[in-house]
This record gives sequence, C-alpha cells and structure tokens, in this order.
Amino acid sequence: MSIGLLSLVVIALAAAGFLVGRRLALSKTGGDLRLLHSLPGYYGQTVFLFTAVPALLVMAIWLLAQPLLIETRVGAMIGPDDIPQGSSASLVMSDVRRIAGGIDLILAQAGLNEGDLAAMGADVSGVRARLGEVGVALGSDVRPTVFEAARSYRDLMATGRLAMSAVVLALALAGFVFALSRITPEFRARNVSETFVRVLLIAASLVAILTTVGIVLSLVFETVHFFRLYPAKDFFFSMTWNPQFRGGSDLGIWPLIWGTLYISLIALLVAVPVGIFAAIYLAEYATRKVRAVAKPLLEVLAGIPTIVYGLFALITVGPFLRDYFAQPLGIGSSSSSVMTAGLVMGIMLIPFVSSLSDDIINAVPQSLRDGSYGLGATQSETVKQVILPAALPGIVGAILLAASRAIGETMIVVLGAGAAAKMSMNPFEAMTTVTVKIVSQLTGDTEFASPETLVAFALGLTLFVFTLGLNVLALYIVRKYREQYE
Amino acid sequence: MTAEATNIRPSLFQTDARTKRRNAAEKRFRLYGVAAVSFGVLALVVLLSSILGSGLGAFRQTFLTMDITLSAEALDPKGNRDPAEMAKQTTITYGKVLGAALEADLAAKGLATEGLSAKEINGMISKEAPAQLRNMVLADPDLIGQTITFKALANGRIDGFFKGRVTMESAALDSNVSPAQLELALAMRDAGLMGLAFNPGFITAPDASELRPEAAGLGVAILGSAYMMLIVLVLSLPIGVAASIYLEEFAPKNWFTDLIEVNISNLAAVPSIVFGILGLAVFINFAGMPQSSPLVGGLVLTLMTLPTIIIATRAALKAVPPSIKDAALGIGASKTQTIFHHVLPLAMPGILTGTIIGLAQALGETAPLLLIGMVAFVRDYPGVPPEGLLDPAAALPVQVYNFTQRADPAFIERASGAIIVLLVFLLMMNILAIILRRRFERRW
Repeated sequence: MSIGLLSLVVIALAAAGFLVGRRLALSKTGGDLRLLHSLPGYYGQTVFLFTAVPALLVMAIWLLAQPLLIETRVGAMIGPDDIPQGSSASLVMSDVRRIAGGIDLILAQAGLNEGDLAAMGADVSGVRARLGEVGVALGSDVRPTVFEAARSYRDLMATGRLAMSAVVLALALAGFVFALSRITPEFRARNVSETFVRVLLIAASLVAILTTVGIVLSLVFETVHFFRLYPAKDFFFSMTWNPQFRGGSDLGIWPLIWGTLYISLIALLVAVPVGIFAAIYLAEYATRKVRAVAKPLLEVLAGIPTIVYGLFALITVGPFLRDYFAQPLGIGSSSSSVMTAGLVMGIMLIPFVSSLSDDIINAVPQSLRDGSYGLGATQSETVKQVILPAALPGIVGAILLAASRAIGETMIVVLGAGAAAKMSMNPFEAMTTVTVKIVSQLTGDTEFASPETLVAFALGLTLFVFTLGLNVLALYIVRKYREQYE
Repeated sequence: MTAEATNIRPSLFQTDARTKRRNAAEKRFRLYGVAAVSFGVLALVVLLSSILGSGLGAFRQTFLTMDITLSAEALDPKGNRDPAEMAKQTTITYGKVLGAALEADLAAKGLATEGLSAKEINGMISKEAPAQLRNMVLADPDLIGQTITFKALANGRIDGFFKGRVTMESAALDSNVSPAQLELALAMRDAGLMGLAFNPGFITAPDASELRPEAAGLGVAILGSAYMMLIVLVLSLPIGVAASIYLEEFAPKNWFTDLIEVNISNLAAVPSIVFGILGLAVFINFAGMPQSSPLVGGLVLTLMTLPTIIIATRAALKAVPPSIKDAALGIGASKTQTIFHHVLPLAMPGILTGTIIGLAQALGETAPLLLIGMVAFVRDYPGVPPEGLLDPAAALPVQVYNFTQRADPAFIERASGAIIVLLVFLLMMNILAIILRRRFERRW
C-alpha cells in the first residue's frame, strides 16, 4: 500500500471514528444530552485522535527507520571484493538501489515472474543490457553478489512496506476500538481530548528544540569525524587553503575568515552610516508622507531574495567597479572582488540597520527631546547629543545583528566575491569566504568521507558558533536597552 | 567660547557667526539623512532596473517561421503511423526535414545564400527544434503527410544578434556563428521568415543543456518550487500555530519554556546555509531521503520558516484583547475551547499574513537548497504528489544560480528572466498579505 493511500485510509477510519463515537455516546443515554459529561462531539474527537495520531506517528518513524535497517542488512551482503577500485561502499549501495528499481521495471515490462529473476541471478551477464533497455544505465557490469544484494534489498523493501501497512492499520484499529470501548456517559471526554491536544501542542513546540539539537549534533559529529582525518592544529592555525582531490590538502581556515571579515567590514561600512542616517531622518525629520513612502521602500530591500543581490553583483556592480575603478587605477582586473560583494551586501543590510534603529530612536521618550529643545539645542544637536547616546545600546545591537547576517550570507559572496582563498589587503581582488567554501566543498563530486568534504562541517560549526555568539550578544543588548525606558 | 559669549549681538535680525554655523550644521545633518534615504531608494531602483533590463529579453525569443511538409517516407517509413515504430526516427532525421524546409523557404523568398554551406544554414536553427518537432509528431501521428507551419527556435547566437548581445564584430571572432549567417538572418527578418515573439517555453519548458540557451526554461524549477511551498505550508502552518498557542497561552513560566523561546529566537538568526548542512546530514545522509527531491527541500525550508511563523502568530495571538478571553471563560468555556473557538479565529488574519511572508522568504531561499543537491541538472518534470515529492526537481532560485554558472552569456539573460518570474511571485504573495491585513485585521 502506498504511503498516500495508507494515510488516507487511516484518516478515513479516524473520521468514521468521530461519527461513530458521537453517535455511540448519544445512544448510550438514549439521546439525552444532559446525562453526558461532555458534548457528544468530544466523544467523537477522542476516537479520532486515538485512531489517527498514534498510527500516523508510527508510520513516520517507520519510514525514517526502515531504510537505515535495510541498508545495514544489505550492506553486509556486499563483501570488500565487490567494491571496485576507486569506488566506495556508498556508491555500490546506490547501484544496488538502482538495480532494485530496474528489476521492478523489467518485471513490469517483460511480464517475467520471480522464477525468471532467480535465473537472471544465476547468469548476470545480460543484466546490465536489460537494465539499460528500461532506462537504468550502470557504469559497470553487475556482479552476482551485487545482484543478489539488489534482489534481497527489493524483497526487504517489499516486506517492510507490507509490515508497515499491517502495523499501522492494526494500530489505527486498536486505537479505534480502545477509544470506543471507553465511551460511557460518565467518561470525561472533553478533558481527555483537551489533554491529548495539549500534548500535541507541546510536541509542536519541541520541534524548535529538535532543530537546534539536529543542527548541533550534525555539525559536531561530522566535525569530530573531520578532525580524526585532518589535524585540528592545521585547520585552526594554517594560513593556506588549498584542497586537492587526491589528498594532501591544506585546509587552513584563516584565509576564509579573513575574506569573510573583510567583506563584512565593507558591508558594514556601507550599511551602518546609511542605515543610521536613514533611521534618524525617518524618525526625526521626515514628514508623515515621506515616511509612509520611504520606509516601505527601504524595507523592500530586506524582502528581496539574496540570489537577486548575487546576480546584481555579478552582472552590474562587478563589471562596473572593474571598468571604472579597478582597471583605471591598475589595482585589479577581476569583476568579482571583496568590494563588489561588500558593496552589494551593504545595500542588503541597510534595512536591517535602519528598521531596528528607527524603532529604537522612536522609543526614546519625547521628554528627553523636549528638554533638549528647551535648552536651545537645534534638532541635529538634540539627535547627536541626546537621542543617539540614549539609543546607542539598541543601535549597537542592530549593528551586531547586521554583522551576523553579513557573516552568514551566502549567495552574494558565491556570485560576487570569487573563489580564490587569499589574504590580501587589496579590496579589488577576488577573495573567498567561509560560506562560499561550504557550498563548493559540499556540491562537488568528492567522496563524502574525505577531509575535503568533511571540512565543510567544521566550517559550518565555526560559522554557527560565530553567528550564535553575535546574536546572543545583540539580543542581550537590545533586551537590556528595551527595559531601560519601559 | 569666550569671544562669542562676550560678543553682544548687535540686532536680533542679524544672525551672528555662531548661529550661522549651527544652522549650517543643522542643514548639513538633515542633508545626510536625505542622502542616506535616497541612496537606499536609488540602490533599489538600480537593482530592479538592472534585473529588468537584462531579463525582459528572456520572455521574447527569435523564432523561424517555416512551412514544413512532414513526408511519410522520411518520418514513418513503415507507413503504419505507430508511434512506437516512428520513435525509431531520431532527431537527426527531423533535423534534416527542418533543414530542407528552411532551404525551400529561402529559395521561395529568393534570398541569396552564397558563401553559406548547408550546414551553416541549418546551424541557424536551434538544436532543440528537431526534438520539439519530433515530440509534436509523435504526439499526433496524423500530422504526417500534412504541411504545417512550424515555429522553430533560432540558434542562441542569432537570437543574441536580434537582442543586441551579438554583433557583427563579435561574430567574426566567434566559431559558433559567422557574420554571413547574421546577414542572412537580417534578410530573413525583412522577408518575414524570422522574428522575435513571446516565448511561452521560457515559463513551461525544462532546463536545456549548456549549448542550447535558447531552449532553457523554468518549468521544472517552478513546479519544484511549488511542491516545496506546498510542503512548507502543510507542515509549518500547523506546527507553527500549535507551538505558538502552547507558548503564548499554556506554557508555564519555567526554564523549559525559556529554553524553547531562546531556541526559537536563535533559529530565526541562524545563517540559512547551516540549515542546508542540517538537511544534508540528517535528511539525506541519516534518513536516506533522495537527493534533490522537493521533499527534503520542503523539510529544510519548513524548519527555516517556523521561527517566522511562530513569531508572527504569537504577535497575532497577543493582539487579541483579554476581554474576549475573559468573557468566554466567564460563561464556562474551558481554556482550550476559549482559544480554539474565540482567540484563534480572531488571530487568523495576522497568522495568515505572517505565514505568507514566511513562505515568500522560503521561496527566495537558495543557499540551503544548493547543499541538498538541488543544483543537479534536471530535465524531467517531477511526478504527481505524494510520490512526485521524491522525484528530483529544481527550484526557482537555484535555477538562477545554475544559469549563472554557465559560460554562454545568453544564460545571464535567462537568469535575470528567472529572477523576474521569482520577483513576480514574491510580489503577488506580498500583495496578498497586504490585502489580508487591510481587509481582515481588526484593531481594538
């Protein structure tokens, strides 16, 4: 039974359970509502929940666990001789999966039965050609053990599916019967269903914790794995980044950190003055009309996807900077550069700085302004000497949040900054960042268990720790500040 | 200080030097503000106009209009109109048919083709056109024997010439196109055989290979993005609303609730690429879900969107006045009844607005999708959900990235065109959110 059909059956059963439960509760009192503890709908609801939720939950867990179990079982069938030179166990496993899929197609098209399959397994010479006919192209001939593995993979999958359908349906039926059997006029159906719903609500809010746990665990596990293959000392203290496909790579993080910080610095040099002045103008000077137009326009900048900024850097800003600044000045010839990425990222960050600063400036009590005006200060003197000092902690928080965005930003630097890991002071040279290297190391064709791929997780962990620190600090400062005037 | 302080002002009508300086500083300060706001707005305008300028061309494409006689001898030699038999005729055969039709058309219009070999003339037609003609004939075998008017895609370089990307000078240096071909293209345009027209294939067709920029489209990417948005909506709305209700209405104030809250505010600020690493490690490597599938993309984007939806929902729940809750509780409703029957419906417009904005964010997100294999070249449309959610697919923003990684400059136009499509979707979602807010939001 397919997953979609199975879930439909379970839900249909649960819906039927709702109707039956309601009817049953009413009939137990002879249709007299007053004798029931809860409204009849709640009796139906308990049946619905007990039927659907455990069954669907088990189905979800089963779907996650089944491939894991089967792959370990089938993986054990493949000996070390079956793994060709230059290949790996995971590649052979993916062949196994594809052959298993191909067998289904062959059976469907040629009308063969399981007996013919056994014959095919005895003589595997024609298997590759037959698989090719149904559109499953393999890189090499099929070895007998691999074919056997594929067959048992297919069998196990089919059995697993069947077992899952049986278990899920049984569970749904059991919940159905159990919930119905509990229905009596005294049964506190509303309390039961409300408790059930509350448990579901708690489970939903646990998703946030699970996500964080998932992020931290996946980063830490693979990073530990990486440091087993590559010395941590070299990663943290080497000044060269030079990954090689055949091993012997230099994977020092410093050139990437340098590029990241340099680009972020330029971005902040653009975004902070523009953002703060825009916030001051909008909060203190602008008329209602100007504010109503300019504020949403600036906020549109925050809603534009970063890939759009990346393309803007690639096709407009990069060539412009190269042709009018870098080349005439003789300081660079590449259109992707620290300056390109930094400038575009700065534009992206303007609304992050301006919106938050605007809110914070508006939160400064009017009495402070009035006091300053009363002493004869001009508006700009009031802003500079009264409002900004009062709002400073909040503005610092806003800048820190913008900095954490800049460090974690990916698409702009992928398209605008280049891929060369260098430590140079020239802003018109192409450099690279931590995020660019995460993308390039994980989208390549290298084997997963090599240090060249796993380094991405170490980089990810570095990035995560960095941005997390900045965020916590920024939130702490902003929160601290907010309390000040409340 | 001393000089100015002791300086007695001669008249109130005459501003002294210090006041002038202060007023000038005031004016300057104000000007900085105007400059900052203008810089931001100007950046937005330049950004949008540069994308529009380079991308609008992608919606129009150069087509050759020709009359083709689909002769049975060439295309269906057995003569039984059986598509399975006819499928044996490859695109090479159809390419020859197209070439012959083009030459006949040129001769009929009396256009000179000296100095151009037959191969060069055929080269003006896109390599994708024979495949399109073949699919058309295989889908409708009755066409054989008829003479049809077929609009064939022109080669990307010819198309670039009409859009100003390719010039006679650049063609002279280009091994893929010659100035003579461009001359002929000009003559053909004047004769009405060739011209720019709206190109629906850009929206509906799948991606095409590096050498055929003229045929590349966004069909698979739009479908993949739609599937992912479906998953995000189905998962993140209920989970986000449930979590918000718990945190806002039920949760006791203790360390556990604090932990959840801190988690949510931190997740909102985690760089998106970290979610991609999570998806790769947990969903693909650990749970064994297929790479480049909309399911994995949707799950990753769901986790990214949850904080946005939770924050918006909590704000909406908070905005419902306590008097409504008190009234419901006062006439004997349970807490759950109060929330689900009264608070939640009143908060719904705010929740939906937040959800749409979260979805818009998710739609434009690129970096995490790169890591879960969405960069793969996918030509086949994914199947119908739910099984189709496991098929490989592309996504709109990732398609933009893919286009930018290719050498032919024609793909830059495609990338910008794809961005325009993306921005139109985002615009529609945001307008919907604004309308929802304007129409249904209540202020108490």
